[in-house]
Amino acid sequence: MNDNSTPLLQLDSVGINFGGLRAVDDLNLSIKKGDVVGLIGPNGAGKTTVFNLITGVYKPTDGVIRWKGEPISGLPPYRIAQRRILRTFQTIRLFSGMSVLENVLAGQHMETHQTWLSGLLSLPKQRREEKALRKSCMEILEQLDLASIAHEEATSLPYGIQRRVEMARTLAAKPELLILDEPAAGLNDSESVELNKTILGIRDQGVTVILVEHDMNVVMNVTDHICVINFGRKIAEGGPEDIRNNPQVIEAYLGSDDDDDEEAA
Amino acid sequence: MEIFFQQLANGLTVGSIYALIALGYTMVYGILKLINFAHGDLAVLGAFIGLTVITSLTGAGAAPSHWVVILAFVVAVLVVAIAGVLLELTAYRPLRHAHRLSAVVSALGASMLLENGIMLIWSPQTLTFPEGILPSTNYVIGGVVLNSTQILIVAISFLLMLALYLYVNKTRFGTAIRASAIDQDAARLMGINVNRVIVSVFILGPALGAIGGLFIGIYYRQAVFDMGWIYGLNAFIAAIIGGIGNIPGAMLGGLLLGLFNSLAGGYISSTWQEAITFALLILILLVRPTGILGERVAEKV
Repeated sequence: MNDNSTPLLQLDSVGINFGGLRAVDDLNLSIKKGDVVGLIGPNGAGKTTVFNLITGVYKPTDGVIRWKGEPISGLPPYRIAQRRILRTFQTIRLFSGMSVLENVLAGQHMETHQTWLSGLLSLPKQRREEKALRKSCMEILEQLDLASIAHEEATSLPYGIQRRVEMARTLAAKPELLILDEPAAGLNDSESVELNKTILGIRDQGVTVILVEHDMNVVMNVTDHICVINFGRKIAEGGPEDIRNNPQVIEAYLGSDDDDDEEAA
Repeated sequence: MEIFFQQLANGLTVGSIYALIALGYTMVYGILKLINFAHGDLAVLGAFIGLTVITSLTGAGAAPSHWVVILAFVVAVLVVAIAGVLLELTAYRPLRHAHRLSAVVSALGASMLLENGIMLIWSPQTLTFPEGILPSTNYVIGGVVLNSTQILIVAISFLLMLALYLYVNKTRFGTAIRASAIDQDAARLMGINVNRVIVSVFILGPALGAIGGLFIGIYYRQAVFDMGWIYGLNAFIAAIIGGIGNIPGAMLGGLLLGLFNSLAGGYISSTWQEAITFALLILILLVRPTGILGERVAEKV
């Protein structure tokens, strides 16, 4: 982990076919610990597919994904999540019928040593652990300004708040790599300014972040490094300034995609 | 009025047994969207195993000791839980990504396998449970006869249901069970081993079912290999009445169905009791297809 020469996450010529469609092709990407990396590209470029490959939802047709030098492609999603690679969803997927706190508790599943049996027996040790975990969940809720609504049903809350709940649920799982799929989608301007602060706050705690985002305010302000893909291929990579001035990117993405902003109505 | 209270007491007893068995249907449905048609037969397996333990450890004519009865429940629960897990591993897991109808056919096949297995191992005859497995004293209160077996069955069932409710709602693994039932993919991406959650559901449901099955044997003092069909069906109807997939719903549905059956049998006609039960099912599906406590289920059936 302390070896700086090994990237935290490395995609090595990764590709995937869906039937005849080459959704991601020969993608190389290397992510250093502590970076905030933006993954951008026009709609349908394959950004979410890349996330699904990293989190194990899809298995790559070819290439290898390495986590701290060790191949993880092909592992089931929960095993990848157990390595502290966690994600949020483009369309919010909170557990309906559960309160905000319960959603965050579910995110903390891996922190417990509880099995179905020890939970059933409710041993004192379990109860102590449970109490400590609840406390740490409340701390996360406070950090994201959600503590006052901890007991409200998560899916009945306004959209912007649900996004924060999803973020809290993911943080409860103690990510080392946090994958955010369009975290600003549906947020208004002041909410997306808040989001910038939240993301930078998460980075300052030592969490590496990858995000897919259309909101250029967010992308340009929080990322250290940007990778642009189109038709499943990487077309450019570099710091925010390089990307802003890259003619290929302007042509493929920035120039043609203004009408595509996913601002809230 | 005495008849009414008598039927109420009987209905509560049967209802709490239905509720115990209904929980197994509803938990499996909640997580896999699959009706485990073999669940009624698992409950019956529990009754037969309990009976075997009791009769083989008790001399002819003697009343079984407390320890033998407790052992019978423990062995029945363990064997049926193992059978439940084997069922999941062999009959359902290989079909996890197949069309849902395939799993339903597999469930029906598993039901027949269990039913005929029970017949071959034990007997096609109706077997009689010995007297005095649970204390059987009659208390007469205002003309209503309450038997201590009935009281014990209701009390134990309520305790078990309360324990399950607390387990699912207050513990971490229970949260994982609920999360997996709501959104399996999201649960996986939060690091929850959904397959392990499913296995745990196939332990808990059949374990409760085994207790329910053994209660049936003790209460009616008999067991026959194919009774899983009718008791399973009643418990299944109870789960639907309460809202399938919903745990408190199964408890409520079981109790309501037990009371309804008992009152309908007492006041209308006991020969028509089953027809009346199904009429109730049809009525509830027409008026409230998602059951009393159910929600967002209709599109998934």
